[in-house]
Amino acid sequence: MASLGTVPSHTMHFADPLPLSSGARLPAYDLVYETYGTLDAARSNAVLVCHALNAGAHVAGLDARGQPGWWDNLVGPGKPLDTDRFFVIGVNNPGSCFGSTGPMHVNPATGRAWGADFPVVTVEDWVDAQARLVDRLGIDRLAAVLGGSLGGMQALAWTLRHPTRVRHCVAVATAPNLSAQNIAFNEVARRAIVTDPDFHGGHFYAHGVVPRRGLRVARMIGHITYLAGDVMERKFGRELRSADGSLGYSTQAIEFEVESYLRHQGDKFSEYFDANTYLLITRALDYFDPARAHGGDLARAFAHDPATREVRFTLVSFTTDWRFPPARSREIVKALVDNRIAASYAEIGAPHGHDAFLLDDGRYHGVLRATFERIAAEAAS
Amino acid sequence: MSERRDLELIADLVPAGSRVLDLGCGSGELLAHLIRTRGCSGYGIELADANVQAALRHGIDVIQLNLEEGLALFDDRSFDVVLQLDTLQHLRNTEHMLRETARVGRIGIVSFPNFAHWPNRLRVMGGRMPVTKALPYEWYDTPNIRVGTFADFEVLARKCGLAVTDSFGLQDGAVVRRWPNLRASVAVFRVEQR
Repeated sequence: MASLGTVPSHTMHFADPLPLSSGARLPAYDLVYETYGTLDAARSNAVLVCHALNAGAHVAGLDARGQPGWWDNLVGPGKPLDTDRFFVIGVNNPGSCFGSTGPMHVNPATGRAWGADFPVVTVEDWVDAQARLVDRLGIDRLAAVLGGSLGGMQALAWTLRHPTRVRHCVAVATAPNLSAQNIAFNEVARRAIVTDPDFHGGHFYAHGVVPRRGLRVARMIGHITYLAGDVMERKFGRELRSADGSLGYSTQAIEFEVESYLRHQGDKFSEYFDANTYLLITRALDYFDPARAHGGDLARAFAHDPATREVRFTLVSFTTDWRFPPARSREIVKALVDNRIAASYAEIGAPHGHDAFLLDDGRYHGVLRATFERIAAEAAS
Repeated sequence: MSERRDLELIADLVPAGSRVLDLGCGSGELLAHLIRTRGCSGYGIELADANVQAALRHGIDVIQLNLEEGLALFDDRSFDVVLQLDTLQHLRNTEHMLRETARVGRIGIVSFPNFAHWPNRLRVMGGRMPVTKALPYEWYDTPNIRVGTFADFEVLARKCGLAVTDSFGLQDGAVVRRWPNLRASVAVFRVEQR
């Protein structure tokens, strides 16, 4: 398959403050974005890709450092989301740490880094920020919004907040809200960060330190939940680090391969991810609950704006995903079906747990390819 | 192409403009046909990955679901017509599925291979299980885990409290209304709740 090659990253400045769900405003801000493919004359072939926790605007192709995008296996010429047919937009959300305005940038009110003072942003706030970018790119209506996990929540939020501006919603491995268990995992991660002595109440930048210990633990617990137990078992089992299979009788040293793997993941993550961003994004996950304003009834949330009925939905879940299991996607499907909204749903028997949404699985990509072929046909008609 | 003709004959049972739920929709050909030619709308239900993709390519809304788990996704009477074509014989939970069909739809349309078709009877009288065009499998590898007859279905429908509002056989792309239990390889029933 052809490649997108090296793709440039762009920055769009927004002078108008962004009103937030909390009532606060994000003053003038920047959004980093990338685009792939060509916008057609009718401006009808644009697909917005929303990112999850640990990703940004670099969806596909190679960046300046030669790193492939986080969804490069899906997006590109001839790929399921085919950039020969679609104009694909990747955008980094505010509050993130991959270029767009975030807690490590300067708060104009104080002249120092935002740190913990960065306003709490929600999925809906992100979607509003994305809508402004789409405006500025001259696109009235997106052919589709696509996202996985937290990105899937953004895709759903688009259909509720800006339903006239999206024709198709493709939401993968997502949920209508977080379960108590999910919030609990997030809270453990946040406590690990906040109680790190290097956190300094979120203003660690001024101290020239990073709460690495907290970030490491946060990533370790997150990582466990992204993998299926069976995969971990197959990959590591009870393998020991020692070559001769002897026990070290130490409580501190790394004894098992799985410990080594998790520590490595934690170390890597703590080198590049921002602690305040981790707090912000996990909170956005916790807060997402479109049914809340409708007495907990998701079907009523989809019924609220008649324009939502005109959107066509595709949902995908993975059987071994215990973070956002198929039952959560089926809740969404049920709410759509109750409203007689056009919806397709695929439940992929993939072994890789929540991480499966980022992997190249034939059945999964086959479903997305068929979905985008249909969207392309609709866009052309 | 008697299979295609069979589909058309069954499609004729679906009132124009109906909301349709097609259980075991396969590649979605019939539902696409109903949407295109009869102004119908609705969803296909399918379990097999390849069929889900084929149905998406046919442009229909398909939901991947194991019918053995029932139809909890769908409210009572939420469809005008529930189709269950060439599907019932693959399900362990036949009776439950028939009741679910009647719960979710105003009209249920069911088709299945008729085991009492005369060539099958001859074959069984000869001491062997039938292998025919409608039942093309050996006894040890058949996915048809529920083999029943035209007459058997009438009994089951009665047991489930369903009224049979139409029934006929299909043979070689034609409707068989005289002695369908003997003369037709496929049985078709239209049922409604009493």
